[in-house]
Amino acid sequence: MRNKANHLRRNLADAIATSAAALAVIVVLVPLAAIFIYLVIKGIGSLNWAFLTHTPAPVGEQGGGMANAIAGSFMILGLASLIGVPLGIGAGVYVAEYGRSWLSKYIRFTADVLNGVPSIVIGIAVYGLVVMRQGHFSALAGGVALGIMMIPTICRTTEEILLMVPRSVREAAYGLGIPQWRCTVSVTLRTAISGVITGIMLAFARVAGETAPLLFTAFGNQFWNWNPNQPTAALPLQIFTYAISPFEEWHQQAWAGALVLVALIVGTVTLVRVVTRRGMFRGA
Amino acid sequence: MGVGIDVRGLRAWFGKFEALHDISMHIRPNCATAIIGPSGCGKSTFIRCLNRMHETVPDAGVSGQVLVGQRDIYGNGSSAVEVRRRIGMVFQKPNPFPTMSIYDNVAAGLKLNGVRNRRLVDEAVERSLRSSALWDEVKDVLKKKSGASLSGGQQQRLCIARALAVEPEVLLMDEPASALDPISTSKIEELIFSLKEHYTVVIVTHNMQQAARVADYTGFFLLGSLIEYDETKKIFTTPGDKRTEDYITGRFG
Repeated sequence: MRNKANHLRRNLADAIATSAAALAVIVVLVPLAAIFIYLVIKGIGSLNWAFLTHTPAPVGEQGGGMANAIAGSFMILGLASLIGVPLGIGAGVYVAEYGRSWLSKYIRFTADVLNGVPSIVIGIAVYGLVVMRQGHFSALAGGVALGIMMIPTICRTTEEILLMVPRSVREAAYGLGIPQWRCTVSVTLRTAISGVITGIMLAFARVAGETAPLLFTAFGNQFWNWNPNQPTAALPLQIFTYAISPFEEWHQQAWAGALVLVALIVGTVTLVRVVTRRGMFRGA
Repeated sequence: MGVGIDVRGLRAWFGKFEALHDISMHIRPNCATAIIGPSGCGKSTFIRCLNRMHETVPDAGVSGQVLVGQRDIYGNGSSAVEVRRRIGMVFQKPNPFPTMSIYDNVAAGLKLNGVRNRRLVDEAVERSLRSSALWDEVKDVLKKKSGASLSGGQQQRLCIARALAVEPEVLLMDEPASALDPISTSKIEELIFSLKEHYTVVIVTHNMQQAARVADYTGFFLLGSLIEYDETKKIFTTPGDKRTEDYITGRFG
């Protein structure tokens, strides 16, 4: 009899735990889905070919688009990745593979602090370090600001993922007479690559929507600009400008811009995943 | 061809703990030598000193001489990386590189050490997989399947092939069959038999029957000391030391 009661209690506990977990999933997914659906409803009306191919219309005129801001965002994010990815991975590899020294403690601490620095503070710092010195705003300055923001995320995820690669895999490489640097690059990093890429994508997605650090670095631009050394438009900046404007049509365009921004982030992340997964074996 | 190993006054530490006390033994070329002993007696530490893997552990220390052929692997000007290229190792748990294909696993030692010649690598991969008796099972999926997708026994033979591909002079095996089923185990044992034609094989095992089956010479370790070292037949029939006798007759361990 006792056994049966126990059995019942266990089944009940199992059912409760399972439904609690399912409920948590729903609670997480609902706001996410709500934001996305709301964005589509608000933004889809103003989204057309002209929006994706034209520069903003002068004040008072109808139409126009955010093509220059889309291109500008890609340029700034490209520059940011050029700075953030190698430095972040480099620091993460150092801390995980070579870091038994005092230096790695400082790197970890610095990364955590940097992660907590408000993005506008990073914007001001880059304004002082790059914009003031150059004497003008530029995509480069924007890239530096976003790149700095990418470093701590990439550094810490790279470290965590590398530490998850079992010691036996490294031993196998050392046992073959492979030098440590070669083992790190061709064996450890290669084993952990999908996790490292996840870290990069996380950092990328996070900074892609940043507005504050761009306000006084990339500054924004109403026209096409392909020169990284000139003020450049970016989607979040354009959305910000349009959203606080007094014009209803600009509000609509801000919604469309937000939708495009989210779509571009999702698109880029998906593309990178597909490309890097091809020709690679899934880790076992 | 295999070479002999002369171990002279070898001591090894983990931090302050001395795990091996003054070990001296001569391992003969082209023979299989088994190292037996109860858990924690230092047999794994000993074998890991023979290719300088021991020092990859933090706080590990070594003193003494290990002459492989004529050269002291701990001598001046000897590099750990160089030593490990000449002395291959197979570990207790199969550890193929999880994201590499079967082919890339076997080729890893060559490719990652800078061998670019495709034909050379192809030949080495086939030769190694044939000597580890895995070729027939994998020859059609060399580049299609991941090393990690093989069964445990196949993975271990893959690891043996990987170690053989760099043409070492000595092959160290640290309980290579302890994670495998009896059929895979017997395959590995047959393999050891054929491998000693070309290599000097040192195998750590806690399975005494296995030592008796595959080894020409056997050394018995206890609490970090080499108690007895002789022909396998002698060790298992007329051991000279009481402790050896106690161990092989199952009175402790």
